[in-house]
Amino acid sequence: MENIRTLIVDDSSVMRKIVERSLRQAGISIAQVFEAGNGAEALGTLQENKVDLILCDINMPVMDGLEFVKQLSSVENAKGVPIVMITTEGSEGHVVQALSAGARGYIRKPFTPDQVKEHVIPVLAGKP
Amino acid sequence: MNAIGQSFPAEQAYDTWLPLLQLAAQEVFNLMLNCGVQPSTAEVDDQGLDNTAMVGLAGKLCGMLTIRCRTKSAAVMASKMLGVTPESAGHAIWDALGEISNMVAGNFKNKISGMADGCMLSVPTVITGADYNLHPLAVSSAIRTILIFEGEPIVLSLEIHN
Repeated sequence: MENIRTLIVDDSSVMRKIVERSLRQAGISIAQVFEAGNGAEALGTLQENKVDLILCDINMPVMDGLEFVKQLSSVENAKGVPIVMITTEGSEGHVVQALSAGARGYIRKPFTPDQVKEHVIPVLAGKP
Repeated sequence: MNAIGQSFPAEQAYDTWLPLLQLAAQEVFNLMLNCGVQPSTAEVDDQGLDNTAMVGLAGKLCGMLTIRCRTKSAAVMASKMLGVTPESAGHAIWDALGEISNMVAGNFKNKISGMADGCMLSVPTVITGADYNLHPLAVSSAIRTILIFEGEPIVLSLEIHN
């Protein structure tokens, strides 16, 4: 997929930059990056903008990643947009919760660019 | 990054957690900063360790994980994460240090069987300055290790409240 627009949701600006760099290192062509520091900010961003991919942390202040994913169904611009969680919460329970809420992929921190590639490219290609 | 098959809780198990804590930190530095940290048995002068990142743990394991280091070290960590010079890291040094502590805490708990699902992490907090005292209301045990990062010490501690 070429020139995608992506939304990166993480309360750490450093981590948002690392995620963006990892996407580029994975060979994903990015046209535009939107950033949000929590789920509520991300919902606001999606009211105004369309994206092709969402990468989202779980533990965040104000609105966490799981609640954000649950609320995405009510956002017109987010319908059908694949979501990949990137988080330190690596338990099976969290994975199940995230996937049940609508996420299509799950990456545990710490991660390598190769892991980002392995999880994101199939999701962008529409594979389960 | 495999879970270690040990039951919880067991007071004596704390002794076995030190190598897991060290490994959790080493993996974070290797993967996210592309550099190593080495455990050290040398004593460290606490003076000058004026950056403290803290992450709370609650649930099956209650406690506080802290990482303390010099500003110079925190700047190098941020520079390695962002791909910039330490001098230009600016306020990102606290963000980076907080995120490192968050990943070390998460990686550590994920290595202990039964802990990943039963223990939640707080959002990290970073304190600057060394002239303070911490008064946890209940500490039953503590694990402390010194790691050498780029020739400088980092003090990694886990205070266990239950």
